[in-house]
Amino acid sequence: MSILVNKDTKVIVQGFTGGEGTFHAEQCMAYGTDIVGGVTPGKGGQTHLGKPVFNTVKEAIATTGATVSMVFVPPAFVADAVMEAAAAGIELAVIITEGAPVRDMQAAKAAATKNGMMTIGPNCPGIITADECKIGIMPGSIFKKGNVGLISKSGTLTYEGANQVVNEGFGITTAVGIGGDPIIGLSYKQLLQMFQDDPETEAIVMIGEIGGDLEIQAATYIKENITKPVVAFIAGQSAPPGKRMGHAGAIISGSAGTAKEKMDALSAVGVEVVVSPAEIGKAVKKVLS
Amino acid sequence: MNIHEYQAKQVFAKYGVPTPRGIIANTPDQAVANAGELGGNIWVVKAQIHAGGRGLGGGVKLAKSKEEVRELATEILGMTLVTHQTGPEGKLVQKVYIEEGADIKDELYLSVVLDRAMEMPIIMASTEGGMDIETVAEKTPEKIIKIAIDPAFGFQGFHGRELVFGLGITDKAEQKKMIQFASKLYKLYMENDAEMIEINPLVKTGAGDFIALDGKMAFDDSALGRHPDIEDMRDISEEDPDEREASQYGLSYIALDGEIGCMVNGAGLAMGTMDTINYMGGTPANFLDVGGTANAETVAKGFEIILKNPNVKAIFVNIFGGIVRCDRIANGILEATKLVDVNVPVIVRLDGTNAAEAAVILENANIDNVIAATDLGDGAAKAVAAAKGE
Repeated sequence: MSILVNKDTKVIVQGFTGGEGTFHAEQCMAYGTDIVGGVTPGKGGQTHLGKPVFNTVKEAIATTGATVSMVFVPPAFVADAVMEAAAAGIELAVIITEGAPVRDMQAAKAAATKNGMMTIGPNCPGIITADECKIGIMPGSIFKKGNVGLISKSGTLTYEGANQVVNEGFGITTAVGIGGDPIIGLSYKQLLQMFQDDPETEAIVMIGEIGGDLEIQAATYIKENITKPVVAFIAGQSAPPGKRMGHAGAIISGSAGTAKEKMDALSAVGVEVVVSPAEIGKAVKKVLS
Repeated sequence: MNIHEYQAKQVFAKYGVPTPRGIIANTPDQAVANAGELGGNIWVVKAQIHAGGRGLGGGVKLAKSKEEVRELATEILGMTLVTHQTGPEGKLVQKVYIEEGADIKDELYLSVVLDRAMEMPIIMASTEGGMDIETVAEKTPEKIIKIAIDPAFGFQGFHGRELVFGLGITDKAEQKKMIQFASKLYKLYMENDAEMIEINPLVKTGAGDFIALDGKMAFDDSALGRHPDIEDMRDISEEDPDEREASQYGLSYIALDGEIGCMVNGAGLAMGTMDTINYMGGTPANFLDVGGTANAETVAKGFEIILKNPNVKAIFVNIFGGIVRCDRIANGILEATKLVDVNVPVIVRLDGTNAAEAAVILENANIDNVIAATDLGDGAAKAVAAAKGE
């Protein structure tokens, strides 16, 4: 078992024939992901990486039965692509692109929600179910199969966390990079619940960072709904206020959004909070033994 | 991207949001000429820097004669203004805004920002104008009104009613003026991809008009491409030169006040590396994310920028290769040691894609001050020890 995606998931790529789309689609296929085709307007009817190219998402779904779309279009076209996927009936859009305007994402997410489509990202490494399906840009080899679910705002901390979990002798069910933008799709709350409901997942690692209050909301949610052990790390304890730390959403505004307030909130509900990402693996071992 | 008050007021004026009349000046002579052009007998001389708290720092002063305008402009131009938002080093004032005096009856607060939890813009307003809104939020949160506006439907009548009744505005004509003010501000926010607009104070004049006495605006960097007029307002002298240089090479750099230079891939891991250094008893000298496409040139540039900081006693290179391949980073480190005089110990932790190849490259190069680390914890510990001279 796993959450959201597995070996049977049929995936299309929006922005299939572009440089990034091509490179990562190839990597995903090599990992075993069932990429059934892609969409590049104007290139419909061509074949790319041995798969059909369509002009529209609607045609792609009609022909391939895809339910998930991996979005690699340039930032200015992300909202359009996500809205197209939502209108066509895609169930989950994984948005890798970095640098989409916030106003666009606001509209795109509203459209997705209205159409019942889930989104992951933007500006994220994607989602991977170990040994089955990789939809994104993460190095697949790190994610050995196991019993730990992982949710992270940061790409490289996803790899760091997964690697440590594996080095301690455990492995990953599914890892989800939710992205570090001000407006994102699936967040801690929904994913925590999915891992709670997944019989194979026995512990959950959540990696957050400064800015916003999603981690605080997660703490409240964990208290009421999550019985599986949770390990958490919040990046940016040493970040100065008012500075944007790389990610568009990683900024401490006034006294809100600090790492300390998030760590305190999570500790208070029984989460195993580590002060350095170097301790994630050990903490997982502790909660699982 | 931030803009100056005088620029924000130009944008306001374009949308019909009332502001006092004013003219920007670079010299005391210009300041006096501006006062003459504006007319009247009272002017405000306002330092233009990208930070709040200018009044308290001595950067906003009232002049009752043209001689006084000259004196104040001479005093403020060239001063290093320190406010709670500039940090202790302050900011150099290069421009002053000369503005006509206003007849202030009441001071209010109004802003438009994105509410990340609601995922829509909100109008925030308060009767406690002129005070730091963070302080109001902390001490008297009941005095802040928040009105969420769904962009799919826009600014409606009920939003306006909530605002004026919340602010205790009872006069019909004043209600109408305030509602128009807020609705124009919302339009401006949406059409320009603003990230934040703050007017503090928004004043009510003796005549019952509402005007933006101050104006602060920030824009979504990701949307600047479709607003060339806004991008033209960029004042690079307000930006940290090292941060700017770094960004030209695709590096995201922020200077801090510690001793250990950091070069990391990914913003989250970069923050996590700083946190780990702190946890182990060291202090990070910077945040530096080399991004997803690092190569020899960008790594060399990273070293160069880190080493400009004389406080740096050691450098910790922490790379978890996903898209960034470790062998490329290893070559970058070798290249950098040729291009830049790296005179401090460099602790290198390379993990992930092609880590084994990278280890071989570094080992064969056999550079004296390059120390290999096995993982994040090991690397941070070695960096802290090296910075202490151990």
